[in-house]
Amino acid sequence: MNVDSSILDIIRAKKLIERRDIAPRIREEGDFVVVDAKGLHYRILNEVVYELAEKYKKIKLINVNGQRYIADGLRGDYYIEIHGTAGDDLGAFMNGPEIVVYGNVQDGAGNTMNAGKIIVHGNATDILGHSMRGGVIYVEGDVGYRVGVHMKEYKDQVPIIVAGGTAGDFLGEYMAGGRIIILGLKRRFTSEIVGDWIAAGIHGGAIYIRDSIEEDRLGYGAKIAEFTEEDKKYLAKILEEYCRTFGYDLNKILEHEFTKIVPESHRPYGKMYTD
Amino acid sequence: MGFPPEFKVVVDKEKCIMCRRCTIECPYGVHVWDEKKKTIIRKEENCVACQRCVFTCPTKAIQIEVRPPAYSPHPVWTEKVRRDIRLQAETGSVLLVAMGNEEPYRRYFDHLVIDACQVTNPSIDPLREPIELRTYLGAKPDYLELEESYSDIKLKTELTPNLKLETPIMFAHMSYGSISLEAQKSLAMAAKEMGTYMGSGEGGLHKDLYPYADHIIVQVASGRFAVHEEYLKVGAAIEIKIGQGAKPGIGGHLPGKKVTEEISQTRMIPVGSDAISPAPHHDIYSIEDLSRLIYALKEATRYKKPVFVKIAAVHNVASIAVGIIRAGADGVVLDGFTAGTGAAPQVIRDHLGIPIEVAIAAVDQRLREERIRNRGSIIASGGIRSSADVAKAIALGADAVYIGTAALIALGCTVCKQCHRGKCAWGIATQDPKLRKRLKPEEGARRAANLLRAWSFELKEILGALGLNSIESLRGNRDRLRGIGLTEVELEVLGVKPAGR
Repeated sequence: MNVDSSILDIIRAKKLIERRDIAPRIREEGDFVVVDAKGLHYRILNEVVYELAEKYKKIKLINVNGQRYIADGLRGDYYIEIHGTAGDDLGAFMNGPEIVVYGNVQDGAGNTMNAGKIIVHGNATDILGHSMRGGVIYVEGDVGYRVGVHMKEYKDQVPIIVAGGTAGDFLGEYMAGGRIIILGLKRRFTSEIVGDWIAAGIHGGAIYIRDSIEEDRLGYGAKIAEFTEEDKKYLAKILEEYCRTFGYDLNKILEHEFTKIVPESHRPYGKMYTD
Repeated sequence: MGFPPEFKVVVDKEKCIMCRRCTIECPYGVHVWDEKKKTIIRKEENCVACQRCVFTCPTKAIQIEVRPPAYSPHPVWTEKVRRDIRLQAETGSVLLVAMGNEEPYRRYFDHLVIDACQVTNPSIDPLREPIELRTYLGAKPDYLELEESYSDIKLKTELTPNLKLETPIMFAHMSYGSISLEAQKSLAMAAKEMGTYMGSGEGGLHKDLYPYADHIIVQVASGRFAVHEEYLKVGAAIEIKIGQGAKPGIGGHLPGKKVTEEISQTRMIPVGSDAISPAPHHDIYSIEDLSRLIYALKEATRYKKPVFVKIAAVHNVASIAVGIIRAGADGVVLDGFTAGTGAAPQVIRDHLGIPIEVAIAAVDQRLREERIRNRGSIIASGGIRSSADVAKAIALGADAVYIGTAALIALGCTVCKQCHRGKCAWGIATQDPKLRKRLKPEEGARRAANLLRAWSFELKEILGALGLNSIESLRGNRDRLRGIGLTEVELEVLGVKPAGR
């Protein structure tokens, strides 16, 4: 490697978790290692998480208050529990870990994640699951704008986002694969289950919305497809774990009307150019 | 309505031995064997002047000539204008083109000349004296703090990772999909051999390129194709692509028909689906958002790699570059409006953006004024044709340059401008297995490395003539440039004096 990082290595020879100001924040609790994140800068907190990940598989972060990038680029079968509000880009580029948040998450959770699971016992904000390629995101409550933007799928990697509440505008924009399911069980801020310009630019994947949606709410390139028995069976399978996680009644959810939104074409711009 | 052929295929009947090699070599269907008449028919209307038949004909019997204009001449309604209008009237589509800007704008490189030493401040002979081209890309600290002890001096300042280049020339980002794996491999091998880097483009990294990954800058574009933690971790550096010189402000899009099985695996999208890169990154609407992505990438790679941000050179390029450096990027890549492309709408390519020379000068000047020039490198690209262009770009303020089209020409490209059609006769801009075989990575690597070797030596000659023993001393040294035939305003923008002053 031509990157001159040798000096960095020398500076970082001493681990953060052994430092006098950090060590008292860390304690073992059963299989878990617990870190008190109160007032810690995200760079320090995330370095601590990475250092602990060398030894522990289960990490619990308490008093999290907006620290960004937790578990970014982390690879492996870790279980990370977060108590508090996780900051932007939670689990971005992550590949495998399961993150459970007891609280809300801010923008970009699951950004470009490849595999793993993010469970949010609360709400999520904008661009949740941006470009995610695999794994699942379950949100108990509402999600923000541009959720699932540019989500894609590849072979057996089919990412799934499920939100129990409502979603903002541009849901599933530029979607190229995967599934988004919006249940609208709790509608605290709005009576609409989703915002406008649904699935604008979609060219792969599908969105299920647990309500009737008029065609004119859809964005460019999207259309409404028939919600079949097969779709219902698929949802029953997908939502089983979701309902178990948040204590919702699966049968009651499935009783309601669903709208399925799919792309008009997988090649929307096929005739736009000429040589 | 058809079009009259642009080129004329001239075959020397005395030399032609009817071996039919040209019918096999031509992917555009110009030379066709007629079984009934037992002869080769030349369908000139298909000819793109790629020169494949000319080079491969064993008896050198073929010559391609430009046809004299078939239309009645007119200074405003040129033949090209008329052709374009008729094609659009026929199809109702956007004109798609390849390679760089074809409009005759002023090329400032051709209006700049380099100084040389005479009598005082003697020149240096690069054959016998060391001249250093080594360049480090990335943020440099504002100052160095040292810890002196009885026997040793230690560096206290925490340095951020830098890329070490043995020559300030890198191979530009050209994605797998737009060019063949063989072309990418050629450049990767040459980059490794010459101690420099190549760009991955936004199409991901084929597994065959992983052995060269420590000499590859991996790109993160708005489509996020193939961006996953391993891809980020194996690369030498990360580049966020906001814009591209050949098509500023618009997205990219690889048509589904080009997404073959292998491309699909590397891009991690289904076979045959359009690979659409939206115009903006949907998580970036401000400098603060850009900063968030820069640090998301740094966090994911544990601050071990520099992160660059590439933008097209546009009107307010200096302010944008300042924002990028302040957002935490380790460098800004400026792509001028003469930059090449595998496919772009003609109207965008020919009319949007500004020249790279002006952009380099403006950005270097502004970063100096704001006293943050050390916090990020400037990498210039778009229309760099020779070592003279490299030297002038560096003297205007760049740290290093990217070459794209020039590198492809080294591999055999003849700039026939058909990249978007995927039928490249030279095995470069194609995914057709038969055509790809025409480019041998070892031979391509040899030629690409040779180009860097030649240019590097020429750079040393220029530095020697300037009396400088390292490329660092030339960087932003605009006093060693003079302008010829430029207006006062142009000289002011470029920060150079007119020749004679």
